[in-house]
Amino acid sequence: MIPRVIALGRHGCDLLEALGRSGLFLAQSALGWPSREGLYLWLRQMHFVGVLSLAIVLVSGLFIGMVLALQGYTILIDFGAEQALGQMVALSLLRELAPVVAALLFAGRAGSALTAEIGLMKATEQLTSMEMIGVDPLRRVVAPRLWAGFVSLPLLTVGFSVVGIYGGFLVGVEWLGLFEGSYWSNMQASVDFIADVGNGMLKSLVFALVVTWIAVFQGYDLIPTSEGISRATTRTVVYSSLAVLGLDFVLTAVMFGGLS
Amino acid sequence: MTDTPLVEVDDLHFSRGDKEIFRGVSMRIPRGKITAIMGPSGTGKTTLLKLIGAQLAPDAGRVRIDGQDVHALSRKALFRLRRRMGMLFQSGALFSDLDVFENVAFPLRVHTDLPEPMIRDLVLMKLQAVGLRGARHLTPAELSGGMTRRVALARAIALDPELILYDEPFVGQDPISMGVLVQLVKRLNEALGLTAVVVSHDIKETLSIADYVYVIADGQVMAEGTPASLDVERDPRVSQFVHGEPDGPVPFHYPAVDFYRDILDTGRQR
Ligand SMILES: Nc1ncnc2c1ncn2[C@@H]1O[C@H](COP(=O)(O)OP(=O)(O)OP(=O)(O)O)[C@@H](O)[C@H]1O
Ligand SMILES: [Mg+2]
Repeated sequence: MIPRVIALGRHGCDLLEALGRSGLFLAQSALGWPSREGLYLWLRQMHFVGVLSLAIVLVSGLFIGMVLALQGYTILIDFGAEQALGQMVALSLLRELAPVVAALLFAGRAGSALTAEIGLMKATEQLTSMEMIGVDPLRRVVAPRLWAGFVSLPLLTVGFSVVGIYGGFLVGVEWLGLFEGSYWSNMQASVDFIADVGNGMLKSLVFALVVTWIAVFQGYDLIPTSEGISRATTRTVVYSSLAVLGLDFVLTAVMFGGLS
Repeated sequence: MTDTPLVEVDDLHFSRGDKEIFRGVSMRIPRGKITAIMGPSGTGKTTLLKLIGAQLAPDAGRVRIDGQDVHALSRKALFRLRRRMGMLFQSGALFSDLDVFENVAFPLRVHTDLPEPMIRDLVLMKLQAVGLRGARHLTPAELSGGMTRRVALARAIALDPELILYDEPFVGQDPISMGVLVQLVKRLNEALGLTAVVVSHDIKETLSIADYVYVIADGQVMAEGTPASLDVERDPRVSQFVHGEPDGPVPFHYPAVDFYRDILDTGRQR
């Protein structure tokens, strides 16, 4: 019994310590970017983190929009409300699916790559040798990646929504023969810019921060062996996914659940 | 002021887990000289360089560079101090996302505002010095082990730092490039007055250029002196090491139980 309590306590302390360390880490690296050089490094990472995730995010967005329209149509038609298809597709995407699914895809595609890349740099002493040259790797390596992730996920989410809505249009209008005008006008009438688009983007910003933070911290903090890298990469995906889904519930409750 | 040593190591203690690596090591690294650090593999020579560069913090004792206690400096001051140092890592530690040219140019780009043509000239000079000017477009993944360390060496000396820490600069070099590198270390020290610390197992080459030698073993300085004085040193441990004899008081093996007992102890444990 006692050893278990001790183990639990130690676990708690370790957890708190890791949280503290990662918080300091975030503060130290997030502050370090505005410079010419930093801008170049950031753009480079925008390419690796953002542009290269574009394909998977857009393709997934298209399919999700199409599935939504198909499922929605079969239900709505029972109530004779198939005119509301546009509204349903747009609201589900903007409020929920785009921020959440894009964040999950981003964690798998870009987050794991960030962890592995930084981890490998650590394992091959590149980070220490950079420190010895007198350059802070938090600024040079971590900060551009952090900012690239933070900026690119919300943009990817916008892309996801746009393509998803188009996918809904393809299925609903082009395939199932809904009247085109009602798809768009219903959507236009029901989507509120601040409440729906704005809150969706806010979610996406929060997810972007959390996922990128977890990814770069796991890479920077890992045990520099091949096993350490593989474990940290897994942890990035698992922790980010759980964090995104958990936070999504909290944010939804606050934004749309009448809690405030 | 110029007579005070550039690096002073005072009574340094350091352990990794339960393993005590240093138990009171003190050394003086004089300015403008080449100081060699030797010792059996695994005694902590790399660790010592990392302690001097403040990548690791000691359990007790101090390291002062130019009078500043490196472990008491703020992060910012430490990074400023490190600009005056160069370190050749045992593994090379080249930046894998940059090619050879950019690796060597890296310290110049981040710490100077030199115009591009000047950077190009400096980088090519350094690469020429290590014989790899023709390899400038290769990526680190395309280099052999020996080439990697030579590029790393070129990068370590790119800014002509006051203090250079070389961790095994001659490992994996053929006799020709070894000779060239030995001369390079010597020339940098003579022509520019750079202070150098050389960790090396190549005793003959190292002793030929070093001004002063420390031999560390068992977490302590076992012997020190000029190469000439070590050569005639009576202490059997030192002479065994300096002359590279397999039999003698310095163990070749990592501490372990008796070999015969280990072999006969069948099937108990690994
Ligand atoms: N990251 C680490 N974690 C735990 N122990 C370590 C670590 N790095 C080194 N050691 C231990 O510290 C001791 C000293 O290692 P170090 O690399 O400094 O030796 P060295 O003198 O440079 O050896 P070599 O001549 O083979 O390079 C070794 O016994 C090693 O087992
Ligand atoms: Mg070593």
